[in-house]
Amino acid sequence: MSDFVTLWPGQASAYSGEVDLLIGAFTVLILLLSAPVFILIVVFATKYRRGKPANRRHAPNRNVWLEVSWTLVPFLLLIGFYIWSTDLFVRLYHPPAGALEIDVVAKQWMWKFKHPEGQGEIDELHVPSGEPVRLVMASQDVVHSLFVPALRLKQDVVPGRYTSMWFTAGKPGTYRLACAEFCGTDHSVMGGSIVVMAPADYARWLEEAGTEGTLAAEGAALFRSRGCSGCHGPSATVHAPDLAGLYMRPVPLSDGTTVIADAQYLRDSILLPQAQIAAGYPAIMPTFANVLDEEEVLKLVAYIKSLKGGEEGQ
Amino acid sequence: MTDTAQERPDPENLADTGLSETGVERVSYLRAGHTLKSWLLTTDHKRIAILYMIAITFFFFVGGVAAALVRLDLLTPAGDLMSNEGYNRAFTLHGVVMVWFFLIPSIPNTFGNFLLPLMIGARDLAFPRLNLLSWYIFMVAGVFTLLVLILGGVDTGWTFYTPMSSMFAHGQVVLAATAVFVAGFSSILTGLNFIVTVHRLRCPGMTWGRLPLFVWSIYATSLILVLATPVLSVTLALIAAERLFGLGVFDPALGGDPLLYQHLFWFYSHPAVYIMVLPALGVVSELVAAAARKPIFGYSFVAGSSMAIAVLGFFVWGHHMFVSGQSMYASAVFSFLSIAVAIPSGIKVYNWTATLYKGHISLDPPFLFAMAFIGLFVVGGLTGLILAMLAVDVHVHDTYFVVAHFHYIMVGGAVSAYFGALHFWWPKMFGRNYSLVWGRISALFIFLGFNLTFFPQFLLGYLGMPRRYHVYPPEFQVLHVLSSAGATILGLAYAMPFVYLLHALRYGSPAGPNPWGATGLEWQTGSPPPKHNFETPPVVTRPAYDYHIEMERDDDG
Amino acid sequence: MAEVHEPFATPGQQREAAMMGMYIFLASEMMLFSGLFLVALYLRLTHPQEVVAASRQMHVFLGAANTALLLSSSFLVALAVEAAEGGRARPAARRLSAAVLLGFFFLALKAVEYRMEYGEKILPLPGASTDFFAPAQHAFMNLYLIATALHAVHLTIGIGLLAVLAVRMQRGTLDLPARRVVVTNAGLYWHLVDVIWIFLYPVFYLAR
Repeated sequence: MSDFVTLWPGQASAYSGEVDLLIGAFTVLILLLSAPVFILIVVFATKYRRGKPANRRHAPNRNVWLEVSWTLVPFLLLIGFYIWSTDLFVRLYHPPAGALEIDVVAKQWMWKFKHPEGQGEIDELHVPSGEPVRLVMASQDVVHSLFVPALRLKQDVVPGRYTSMWFTAGKPGTYRLACAEFCGTDHSVMGGSIVVMAPADYARWLEEAGTEGTLAAEGAALFRSRGCSGCHGPSATVHAPDLAGLYMRPVPLSDGTTVIADAQYLRDSILLPQAQIAAGYPAIMPTFANVLDEEEVLKLVAYIKSLKGGEEGQ
Repeated sequence: MTDTAQERPDPENLADTGLSETGVERVSYLRAGHTLKSWLLTTDHKRIAILYMIAITFFFFVGGVAAALVRLDLLTPAGDLMSNEGYNRAFTLHGVVMVWFFLIPSIPNTFGNFLLPLMIGARDLAFPRLNLLSWYIFMVAGVFTLLVLILGGVDTGWTFYTPMSSMFAHGQVVLAATAVFVAGFSSILTGLNFIVTVHRLRCPGMTWGRLPLFVWSIYATSLILVLATPVLSVTLALIAAERLFGLGVFDPALGGDPLLYQHLFWFYSHPAVYIMVLPALGVVSELVAAAARKPIFGYSFVAGSSMAIAVLGFFVWGHHMFVSGQSMYASAVFSFLSIAVAIPSGIKVYNWTATLYKGHISLDPPFLFAMAFIGLFVVGGLTGLILAMLAVDVHVHDTYFVVAHFHYIMVGGAVSAYFGALHFWWPKMFGRNYSLVWGRISALFIFLGFNLTFFPQFLLGYLGMPRRYHVYPPEFQVLHVLSSAGATILGLAYAMPFVYLLHALRYGSPAGPNPWGATGLEWQTGSPPPKHNFETPPVVTRPAYDYHIEMERDDDG
Repeated sequence: MAEVHEPFATPGQQREAAMMGMYIFLASEMMLFSGLFLVALYLRLTHPQEVVAASRQMHVFLGAANTALLLSSSFLVALAVEAAEGGRARPAARRLSAAVLLGFFFLALKAVEYRMEYGEKILPLPGASTDFFAPAQHAFMNLYLIATALHAVHLTIGIGLLAVLAVRMQRGTLDLPARRVVVTNAGLYWHLVDVIWIFLYPVFYLAR
């Protein structure tokens, strides 16, 4: 690749290669569908130029079979590509179990990353190659979008919910990362890089990077300091749901429905507790929306996830 | 009617300052009343069309200046010309002005207004006073927009995404939303007027099956104008309510959802792009038929495709939201429907090509613009199909790939069609011929300048250059410089028609009723037409595009 | 006798065009409110418990009274249109005036209701102190205020239209039955305002 001008982005994963193949093949199809038009227009404009002698007898006005065929045939060919493309897309929504989970908080105008053991980064993200990595993302303010061109991936980060994106990086290297949803004044400088390292190098990097404790440990500290244990702890006088083993368990709600206690549910329970009341409990949990930011909520979620059934935790 | 043409003034003779008048001009709508009041209080659809033409030309210039600032700043990777905030305001202004104050009214309110009654043999639109009111509402909206500009602008992008627009943005969000809201009324009333006109004012013998394809496309556009625009109006009202009165329904802290805004916004804004392109597609049908002196191949399919685009266009809005966090099932459905909506456009292009077969094609400026349209619209439409492919869109969404795609359709397509319409109907509107040579030159330079501006942007997008970026990585500079160079050529090419078209008003040779030898009722009356369009109401007995088709060997060689 | 404006050829053509135009305009008004109903649907689906609880705090009987007022006024308008079509201007004017009166009562009751909600601290006017049991109730009441205010604006326009027509018919300056389409169209507008309320009422007051 020349430094003067690049014409194709690098491929940081096998998936990138598949997307490139898809668009390449699709470009061939659309060229096949459109080239005849361009060629014929030029040919006809020349051959049937006004005043030029040519055989213009019985010029057709319509031909239903022809019109139907140039309606249906392109459509069917396109559907073939639709299936290919949708298949690739659906894979993005099915991260493999056991993927390395990294929390991301987007805010005007920076990206904050937190590894599970607590290592924090700003605008630069180190990941191991060859292992699936899943990013759980929250926004502190407006809609942002995490975009890594070399991975051919992006995902909007929307305030009020968690969105996620997963990938398995291939070649070690440093790849550009950018915000792809207009988010205000410094949108175009809200970027950074993703550093893909061989697993051994990544492990070494983790050790060298400072950490104040795992995400779950930091969450435990918040759980006590913000008063959550006052109601949800073992010695609480208030009737509040037990959080041990809660993560990904079905929760019956007071309106008769049942939901799974995923990360989004845990987040909403902290910030919008009136939205879904657990059955059999009074609706008295206060909101912590003004007290906790998205990073702190992610730590609490990590803590609750770590609580095994039957014990309160460390 | 006799045409007592006087000699046109000799450009060398400086003493000859009078505007020579042909007999036709003397009794035309242009001379029916000379005062400013007769123009500002007119209910003549032809004069209103010209009022709109002047207004949108002004806004095209404003939007163009904003674009020039953007492309100038993008010559270098660092933000050298404007601050980050200033750049954001520049591209927002460009989008808002170009979408609502140029593209949406351009063909419908100039050529739709001028031609619709003529093409169906009517004396005016169904509600002439409402038509004038539409123009005034449009002008009020325009004044609000200029006020936004003077008061410092707005920096949310033309899409006004929440919570950025409702809670975080500085700048004149409410005023800008109000301006667009008011412009929406103008759109709705125009669409209403057109629909009733087509239903109720067709002259005897002008059945639906004999309507010019331009009328079909205006009709389909009007359906969208009437049904989609109100959704935008209420969505903007909700943003204003949140900013002004704190009445938030999109606020996540209250349980609202930014995606709800996106759904509401795109439910209008996707059909809106069909408002912008359907009239252009109708124009091209007229240009191709006239250039080939042949009926459009497959009239029914082409007319039906306009209606199909209008209907299907309401069901694809989610393709703007594939990575927004919406469910993958929703994305899969929207992707499928987005492929479906491309098919009717393909029908038109294939049918135009088939029309040229065994035609009598003349390479006059209108046809060159039509060819430019077809080339650029096809590229734009096919890249739209690329964007409809989910896995590809994940990569190129919110990059310059999208910017290139929609400019190919909106500018390469719709603006080329607008210029094609100008070059085709100018003699009818003003009774004067213009220089065909200069017309061909500007068509060529517009086509070349356009491609140089926007083709590099496809590459930039796939490389990962996000849109709305003021500052960018240095490796993208070469492509940006090419794009800005193209924009310069394009800007100059767009300025050219001003010179020779306006020159023709005074010095052009008188155009007869039918300088192109085309079919259509508008060519059966004088150029310019009299105030009430037809001396006697036309009666139609033949199909549209009733050109002579050679059966056995004719004498035309 | 009937005045035919350009570009129409016959009074019948002009009348049909006027009615078609009004129907199209009403379709656009329905699309306008559809955006609000979509937001309401969204809130209902994502926060069902809070929406039901918030709805229970609404003044159902005031809302029901308002519904009755509008339905009755629509009935009167329909009768007025019938009278206008028969050329009976004075009865038509009386019926329209009665409808206008009912419209004013609607607005008055709405104001009373707003005042009560303000006192209950659930009316999110700018500057008002509010006390919601959940953020979603705040969102619900925001939407309620926006929707009912927008409806009230449309109702006021309708009142204006009907009042002007009532005066003209009383004075005999409206040529009936030739220009009856003006009354018919105003009646159609009023009916739409009524229909919108018919949908607003259950959405906000009767969510259970």
